[in-house]
Amino acid sequence: MSVTEQEKKYIEEIVEAKFKELMSGRKRRMAIIASKGTLDMAYPPLILADTAAAMDIECSIFFTFYGLDIINKNKNKNLQGPSLANPAMPVPMPNIIGALPGMTAMATMMMKSWMAKVNVPSITELLNIAAETGVKMIGCQMTMDVMGTKKEELIDGVEVAGAAAYLEYAAEADITLFV
Amino acid sequence: MEKRGNKPDEVLDSRKLSCPVPELKTKPAISKLEIGGILEVICTDPGSVKDIPAWAKQTGQELLEVVHEDSHYEFFIKKIK
Repeated sequence: MSVTEQEKKYIEEIVEAKFKELMSGRKRRMAIIASKGTLDMAYPPLILADTAAAMDIECSIFFTFYGLDIINKNKNKNLQGPSLANPAMPVPMPNIIGALPGMTAMATMMMKSWMAKVNVPSITELLNIAAETGVKMIGCQMTMDVMGTKKEELIDGVEVAGAAAYLEYAAEADITLFV
Repeated sequence: MEKRGNKPDEVLDSRKLSCPVPELKTKPAISKLEIGGILEVICTDPGSVKDIPAWAKQTGQELLEVVHEDSHYEFFIKKIK
């Protein structure tokens, strides 16, 4: 069966209209995987998630591997900025100095003061905003098993799920990010 | 840019706040307004020139005007839904 150009155009128009109709009733969705547990890598997923929530984008963060520390009540106030292999720091630190005892604490302190100077919210504040604005936060079950982390150690309102459950959510997402 | 004389119903002072805090504060501020109400957001963050319009576009609110002052930016957003 052959289709004329006119018929083809007509079909495309119908499909496009139907697509728009289906999409209009649905919120945009963002799925982020947070896999790092250093202070500098805790900011991007939380900042993006909080901003998404403020933009009416449905958002969830899957905290896996070291990223689980970001939602660990006992650890997330003490996330450290790496002093080693971090050449992008505003004050570059040679690795041979960065490896000395106490340098990680110093890099962390410096980073916190830079952030505070321009009024960037703290990790705790960003997590509170996320919880208040409906960002879904999910702890990785497998990571919890590996690290021996209990659900009670995670901040309130966090769900626990595995890779398949998260991928099912992410499959419907318009934006997917791995941090 | 000349001010077009938009009279805001509410003013949100987001001076000295960095990305993404002005956008985070804009959402609750606009939701407090009635439909048709105008919110003025004042920012010093240079990124806000792109971020606030993007916020308005994504959330479906109308950005009426952006005023560039020497020390800050003023955004006038009309609540349309």
